[in-house]
Amino acid sequence: MAAYKHSAVLLLCCFALVSDRTLASKPDQNRAEPEPGPESHARKSDAISPREDDSNREPEPEPAGSVQEDPGSRWQATEALDPAEEAAGTRRRAPNDQFQEELVIRPLSSGDIYSSFQFRTRWDTDFFKPGRKVANYRLFPKSLGQVITKFSVRELHVSFTQGFWRTMQWGPPFLSAPPGAELWVWFQDTVTDVDGAWKELTNVLSGIFCASLNFIDSTNTVQPSASFKPLGVGNVTNQKFLRYAVLPREIVCTENLTPWKKLLPCGSKTGLAVLLKSEKLFHSSFHSQAVHIRPVCQNWECKSTSWELRQTLNVVFDLHTSGQSKREWSLFKMFSRTLTEACPLASSSKIYVDVTDNSQGALFELSPSTPSLSQAVVLGDRRTYSVYDLVNPDAFGAQRSLNILLRWRTADSADALRPLLHGERYVAGYGLQTGEIHTLIYNNHPYRAFPVLLLDTVPWYLRLYIHTLSVTSRARDNKPSYIHYQPSKDRLRPHLLEMLLQLPPNSVTEVTVQFERALLKWTEYTPDPNHGFYVGHSMGVSILYSILGSWSSVAMDTNVCVSVFPCKEESTYFVRVYTEPLLVNLPTPDFSMPYNVICLTCTVVAVGYGSLYNLLTRTFQVDEPSPSLAKRLANIIRRMRGVPLL
Amino acid sequence: MAAPLTLVLIVAVTIRAVLFRSSLAQLITDRVEVVSPINAWKRVVEGLALLDLGVSPYSGDVFHETPLIIYLFHFVIDYADIVFMIADAITAVALYMAVQDYNKGVFRKQKYALEADRYPHDCLELIRTPKEMHYIPLKVALFYLLNPFTVLSCVAKSTCGINNAVIALFILCTVKGSALLSAIFLALATYQSIYPLTLFAPALLFLLQRLYIPVNVRRPSFWLFTMQYAVMFLGTLCVIVCLSFFLLTSWDFIPSVYGFILSVPDLTPNIGLFWYFFAEMFEHFRLFFICVFQINIFFYTIPLSIKLKEHPVFLIFMQLAVISIFKSYPTVGDIALYMAFLPVWSHLYRFLKNIFFVSCVLLACSALFPVLWHLWMYAGSANSNFYYAITLLFNVGQILLVSDYFYAYLKREHHLMYGLHLKRKDGSEATLVLK
Repeated sequence: MAAYKHSAVLLLCCFALVSDRTLASKPDQNRAEPEPGPESHARKSDAISPREDDSNREPEPEPAGSVQEDPGSRWQATEALDPAEEAAGTRRRAPNDQFQEELVIRPLSSGDIYSSFQFRTRWDTDFFKPGRKVANYRLFPKSLGQVITKFSVRELHVSFTQGFWRTMQWGPPFLSAPPGAELWVWFQDTVTDVDGAWKELTNVLSGIFCASLNFIDSTNTVQPSASFKPLGVGNVTNQKFLRYAVLPREIVCTENLTPWKKLLPCGSKTGLAVLLKSEKLFHSSFHSQAVHIRPVCQNWECKSTSWELRQTLNVVFDLHTSGQSKREWSLFKMFSRTLTEACPLASSSKIYVDVTDNSQGALFELSPSTPSLSQAVVLGDRRTYSVYDLVNPDAFGAQRSLNILLRWRTADSADALRPLLHGERYVAGYGLQTGEIHTLIYNNHPYRAFPVLLLDTVPWYLRLYIHTLSVTSRARDNKPSYIHYQPSKDRLRPHLLEMLLQLPPNSVTEVTVQFERALLKWTEYTPDPNHGFYVGHSMGVSILYSILGSWSSVAMDTNVCVSVFPCKEESTYFVRVYTEPLLVNLPTPDFSMPYNVICLTCTVVAVGYGSLYNLLTRTFQVDEPSPSLAKRLANIIRRMRGVPLL
Repeated sequence: MAAPLTLVLIVAVTIRAVLFRSSLAQLITDRVEVVSPINAWKRVVEGLALLDLGVSPYSGDVFHETPLIIYLFHFVIDYADIVFMIADAITAVALYMAVQDYNKGVFRKQKYALEADRYPHDCLELIRTPKEMHYIPLKVALFYLLNPFTVLSCVAKSTCGINNAVIALFILCTVKGSALLSAIFLALATYQSIYPLTLFAPALLFLLQRLYIPVNVRRPSFWLFTMQYAVMFLGTLCVIVCLSFFLLTSWDFIPSVYGFILSVPDLTPNIGLFWYFFAEMFEHFRLFFICVFQINIFFYTIPLSIKLKEHPVFLIFMQLAVISIFKSYPTVGDIALYMAFLPVWSHLYRFLKNIFFVSCVLLACSALFPVLWHLWMYAGSANSNFYYAITLLFNVGQILLVSDYFYAYLKREHHLMYGLHLKRKDGSEATLVLK
C-alpha cells in the first residue's frame, strides 16, 4: 500500500509540474517579446470606447505630468508595478494590461469545421494588496475583478457547453469541456468559510452569466483530492480551498453568450468578436464557451503575478446542417459575417488555419492565401498553421474585408487524428431498482502505458456500492493503485470517487460499479421526472506521451503554442478527457396522490389504533337486546291510553 | 422431544443451504420485502468495504448497521451463510425452550385454579390439556424455521435474523427468570433497533410475577425490583454503546443508525407504511407526522401493559406484532418472529372471528408483492400506487390478525371468569359484546 501511495504522490506532483509549466509559464515568453510598436499605441489612444462601463476604466496612459496631478486614479490602477520600475518609468509607462485575440480554424476529417476563439486579457495588478482597493479597470472586466476581490478567488474556471465533443470523429479538442456547465474554483488560503464563499460565488456567477449556476449546492459540489491542481502560479495545493461542481443538465444558449461577450474589451463591435452571432453559433453540433481566470507570472523571475483572463469559445459546424453538405467553408458561411478590422485594443489579433493535412494544397484550397506559416506541437502532434495577422491592415485586402475560404479539392479527406486517450460511459441493466455504471477508457497508444486519474461524481440518489467496483483491462483485473472514495450523504453531498489507473498500451479499461436507484420525496423530482436525471460525466486526467517521440530538435515558431494551447516543448502533455453524462431514470411516486396517500395511510394507522383502543377500553358484557322500534311505539301509545304495556 | 426438534433443524438448515447455493439467492437478496436499508446484506458488505478503504462506514448513507454487527462480520464475513443459519437455529431453539417453560407455568397455574375451583363449571372445554400442549413448542420452532418469510430472510442474509435471535434469547432468559441476562439481551436488542425498548414492560411484568411481587405502585418492593431491572438494562445499554464508540472511536453511528431509524430519510419501498407516506408528504408536515408515527409504536405499551399485566407473554407477542407492523423499515423477518408465537395461542382458535379472511389476505398479498413490484419497476405497466395498495392491504391484514388474537384472548379470559354459556335476564342464550 505504501508503494501505491508513493506512486500516486509522484504522479500528482507530476501533474502539478506539468500543468504549471505548460500553462503558467508560457505567457511569460510572450511577455518577453518586444512591446507593440508606436502605431499600435496611437491606435489605442484614439480608440472608441467599446464597453458600457467605460467610465470605470483607467484613462489611457498620459504624460508623466498628468500622473503627478492626479495621483489617486493613477495609483489605484497601477499599484502592482515594482517600485524600481516606477522610479525608472516616470517618462512614459506602458499600460500594465494587454489584450490578445485569436481564432484557430481546423477542418475536421468528417467534413465538419472546428473554430476556436480565444480572448486573453492580462493585467499586472494585485487584487489582494492590503489597504488598496482596485477600482479603476481598463481592459479587465470590472464585474469579474470585483468577484475576485470579494470572494478571494485564486483561480476560476467556468465552462458552458452544448453538445458532446465526438473525440473519435473529430480528434482531441484544444481544451476539453464536459456537456453542461462546469465550475471549479480555487480560493485564496485566507478564506475561512470556503463553503459560504462558494455558495455566494455561484449565485453571483449565475447572475453574471445568466446561467443556472445557483443550482450548485452541497449535493453537487465536491472537493477532489487529486484530479485538480491550480493552473496558475503558486503551488499551494490544499484541497480545502478547491470546489468543483458540474451541472450536466444546463442548457447553453444566447442568454449565456451575451454576457460572455460583454466581458470582452471590444464587446462584439469590432475584432474577432463580430463573428460571434448567436443565431449561427447555436446552429452547430458543438458549442462550448469558457472563462478561465488565474494568476500568472509577470516575467521570468516570477516575483510578482499578474491576472490572466482567458475567454474561449469553441464551436463545431456540421457539414450537413450548416454547410449544406458542400465541402466548402468560409467565415461568412460559418458566422454570417466577415472581418473588417482587429479589435483596436488588442495587442495581437490573429487567425490560424490548420493546414497540416493540406501539404501543397492537395486537400483544399485556402483563399486568400497567406505566406506566413507557423508550426506548433499541439496535443502531442505537430501541426502547421497559416497565419492571418489582423493587426496588419494588408490582411484585409482591397475589399477591406477578410473572408477566409476553404474549398475542398477532393471528396475524401485525411484520416482523423486518433486520440490517444478517450472515454465512454453508459448505464447497464434494466428496471428501476438497480443498475451498473460502465466507464470505458481507451488507450490507443501502440506501446506506452499511461497512468490516468479518474474522477467520478455521482449524485446521492444513485447509491453506489463501492464493493462492486471492478476495473478490468484486457479481461484481467487491474487494481487501481490509489482510490479516494467519499460516500454520499442523502440530500447533502454526492459520491466522489477518484482512482489512479494504469492503462496498458493499446487497450480498453472498463470500470464498473453497481448502484441502487432511490425513491425520492415527491418535491425532489424535476418537473419532468420521467425524462430522467442527469448524472455528470466522469473525467480522466493524464499525462500523455507524444506519439512523435523526441522531436524537440525541430525548430519551430512557438507563437501558436504559447498563446493558444496548453502545449509543451517536451514529449509529454497534459490532457483531460470527459465522458458523456448519463441520463438515469428513477422510480417515481404518483405525483397526483399526496392527499390520497395521507388519507389512506392514516386510515390504516387509525384502523390499528382504533381496534386496539376498542379492545383496551371496553369490556365484555352480555348483549341485552333493546325492544324493537314497533314495540316501543306501541308501548308509547299504550302508555297514553293507559293500557298495560307489552 | 429433542429428536423432532433436531429433525426440524436439519430440514431447515438443508432448505437454507440449498437455497444459498441456488441461483435464487441473488434474486431474494434484492427483494425489498426481505431486506430493508438497515439490514440489507449488501450494505453490510459495503460497510466492510468502506472500512477497508479507510473511510468511516458511517460517513456515507449506505451503511446503517450498528458497530457491533460490523465488528462481528469483520471476522466471520466468509462464513456469513453459516452465521445466519446458526442465528435462525438459535432463535428456534430459544423460542422452543421458552415456550416449553411458559407452557409449564401456564399448566401449573391452571392446575391451581382448578384445585381452587375458580373456573365456572361450563368452562371445562376451555381447559387446556397436556396432550394438546405437548407439541406446541415444536410447532413454534417449526413455524419459525420453516416459515417462508424466515427462510427468505435468512437466504437474503438480512441481519434481521440476528436481531430475532437476540430477541428470542431475551424471551428465553425472561421466561427462565434470569433478570440480568434478560436485561442484557433486551439492551442488545434495543441497541440493534431501538423499538424492542417497548419489551421492557412485559419483561418486567413477567419477572415481577415470577417473584410474586404484586404490581402496586405503593409497594417499595415493586419499585426496588423495577429500579434493579432498569439499572441492569440501562447499564448494559451504556456499556454496549460505549463499546461501539471505542470500536470506531467516533459517535457517528448514533445519528447514522438511530437517527436513520427515527427520521426515515430513506424512502426505498418496503412492506411498511412509512415509505410512500413520507414520499408524498408535504414538507412542512413531515416532522409532525414522523413524530406521530414514531410515538404511535411506543404509545401502545402503557395501555397494553395495564390491560395485560397478568399475561406478560401475550403482551410480548402483542408488542412484537405492533413493532413489526408500525416500525419504519419492516421486513418479512420481523413478521416471522411474531408469527412463530401463533401456535402458542392455538387454544384461542375457537374465538377468532376472521382468521380465514385474514390468512387469505396475507397469503394473497405475499404473492402480489413481487408481481406488482415487477409491474412497477421492470414492466413499467403499473405505478407506485399498485405496490402501495398492496402494502396497505398487507398491513390491514396484520392489524386484523393481531387484534383478532387480542380479542380472542380477552374473550377467553372473560369466559374463564364468567362461564362459557352466558344467559340473558330472560334466560335465553346471550352473546358477548364489547361495551
